[in-house]
Amino acid sequence: MLRFILGRLAILIPTFIGVALIAFSFIRLLPGDPVMLMSGERVMSEEKHAQIMHDLGYDQPIAVQFVDYLGKIAHGDLGRSVVTKKPVLEDFKALFPATLELSICAIIVAILLGIPAGVIAAVRRGSWVDQTLMGAALVGYSMPIFWWGLLLIIFFSGFLGWTPVSGRISLMYFFKPVTGFMLIDSLLSGQKGAFASAFSHLILPTIVLATIPLAVIARQTRSAMLEVLGEDYVRTARSKGLSPFRVVGFHALRNALIPVVTTIGLQVGVLLAGAILTETIFSWPGIGKWMVDAVFKRDYPVVQGGLLLIAAIIMIVNLIVDITYGFINPRIRR
Amino acid sequence: MTDTTQNVVKPQSALGEFWYYFTRSKGAVIGLAVFVIVVLMAVFAPLIAPHLPNEQDRALLLLPPSWMEGGKASFLLGTDPVGRDIFSRLVYGARFSLFIGVVVVSLSVVLGVVIGLIAGFAGGKTDIVIMRIMDIILAFPSLLLALVLVAVLGPGLMNAMMAIALVNLPHFVRLTRASVMTEKTKDYVVGSRVAGARWPRLMFITILPNCLAPLIVQATLAFSAAILDAAALGFLGMGAQPPTPEWGTMLAEAREFISRAWWVVTFPGLAILITVLAINLMGDGLRDALDPKLKRS
Repeated sequence: MLRFILGRLAILIPTFIGVALIAFSFIRLLPGDPVMLMSGERVMSEEKHAQIMHDLGYDQPIAVQFVDYLGKIAHGDLGRSVVTKKPVLEDFKALFPATLELSICAIIVAILLGIPAGVIAAVRRGSWVDQTLMGAALVGYSMPIFWWGLLLIIFFSGFLGWTPVSGRISLMYFFKPVTGFMLIDSLLSGQKGAFASAFSHLILPTIVLATIPLAVIARQTRSAMLEVLGEDYVRTARSKGLSPFRVVGFHALRNALIPVVTTIGLQVGVLLAGAILTETIFSWPGIGKWMVDAVFKRDYPVVQGGLLLIAAIIMIVNLIVDITYGFINPRIRR
Repeated sequence: MTDTTQNVVKPQSALGEFWYYFTRSKGAVIGLAVFVIVVLMAVFAPLIAPHLPNEQDRALLLLPPSWMEGGKASFLLGTDPVGRDIFSRLVYGARFSLFIGVVVVSLSVVLGVVIGLIAGFAGGKTDIVIMRIMDIILAFPSLLLALVLVAVLGPGLMNAMMAIALVNLPHFVRLTRASVMTEKTKDYVVGSRVAGARWPRLMFITILPNCLAPLIVQATLAFSAAILDAAALGFLGMGAQPPTPEWGTMLAEAREFISRAWWVVTFPGLAILITVLAINLMGDGLRDALDPKLKRS
């Protein structure tokens, strides 16, 4: 098992250096002077230009610059935002909990609804239940989620007036972030109604972000279940006289879940991409909106740093998924 | 004596067999029908659309759909905030969506297949380098990478398509490489090589036709994903630029009017959903028809 983990880690390092190379080259591929781009200024005296060029190390050979960049990454230095003037990593740390909270809620909803839907569809294969569930899953899978979000806003916020349109909590409440998760912080603050407000702000973004993972998980669970239900050991379990619930829920589902775990892990990339759109629609102050704003405001240090951090998160999660998969499915370790 | 010739089943052509399995799925047939309608809409847009896509009528801003109170028969789905006919814009918009799908899929299939063939055939260091590069591309969420690439190249439909094609590339490379790896040790390939076939012939004529099934299915999925991603970029203001009647861009322009005029938001999104859904239905049907494992069951 250790060898398996080490092998995966060994692949991860060159990939990460490649990712860093892309983030590094990005700034140099942009049309325009990199010094101007990184400092965010339009007019600059020659001396100041030379000074910044020296400070940023742009007067060094390109290979030296890259090694220097890797060194800075290792020390957590990803440059400073042109807009907020704060270190990129600091801004990221402040905004990431918002995206994490939304993503966790979305993936929980997707798992809690997707797995049962897939199991039911598989057990009732070919029936109208199966067709309805899988039809709904395909619609979810094909959904332009930015439009879906707008529709939900029109109906639930505009027409029914049930849910708020944007933000994480009503402006009436203010408390210092402890965990960064609004649901937990609002409870800790002890303010009446704060939790309800945070919860109501989460509902629509969660539905929007959960839509595609939910559809993917339901489809994957169904096909994994169908494969397992045809196996000999399931027939044996049935012929022993076990209740259908026990056969499906205990014997079959345990093995069917192995590929589903990988699918769930792979949704992290989908969630982060979805966060870009969901956070933009709902003005959710997370890293997705942060990246879109940075692209529009030409805040290139943020775009560069954010790109690297998001790719790093996806790579680490994929590694964890791989290792988990190795644990639950010993066949893969060989 | 009985006539035995009656029981002999005529052998089906490969295409006939494919069609038989494809049409067994009702969804696939519906998907195909809807897709054909969208293609016809795109081709005959000037004949179908009652107005030009950018024709403005300043007197008719945000006119509701024709069946609602205050609607007009000549503006079937109403007008947008600057008085353009939404139905006409959607009909012309079909051209952009299909064009995006075709360009993106062609680019990523051609490049992906060639790179995948090289990786699978060459093996060794070339293979490792190619696959690591693909891993790097896959480490980014596709929409984010496309967004950043467009930021580098400059907003616009062409750049958005190139970015989306690049993001789609690894899937085709991986798929082709995997198929080549399984095929290249098979007897027919070895036989061809012993007979003196050179690498290009082995790659494109001997092996490639036998790897096509998964590639076709992936190309269908990439087609719908390209339409979605391009619409998302358009929605974020980084894809096609106004006044292009691209569906995602139309949604972006309509966003601030959602509380006043639901139709300007609803119809462009519905057009995206229906088109993508139709292509995905076809994709599911293709997968079932081309997958020999499923045919036996």
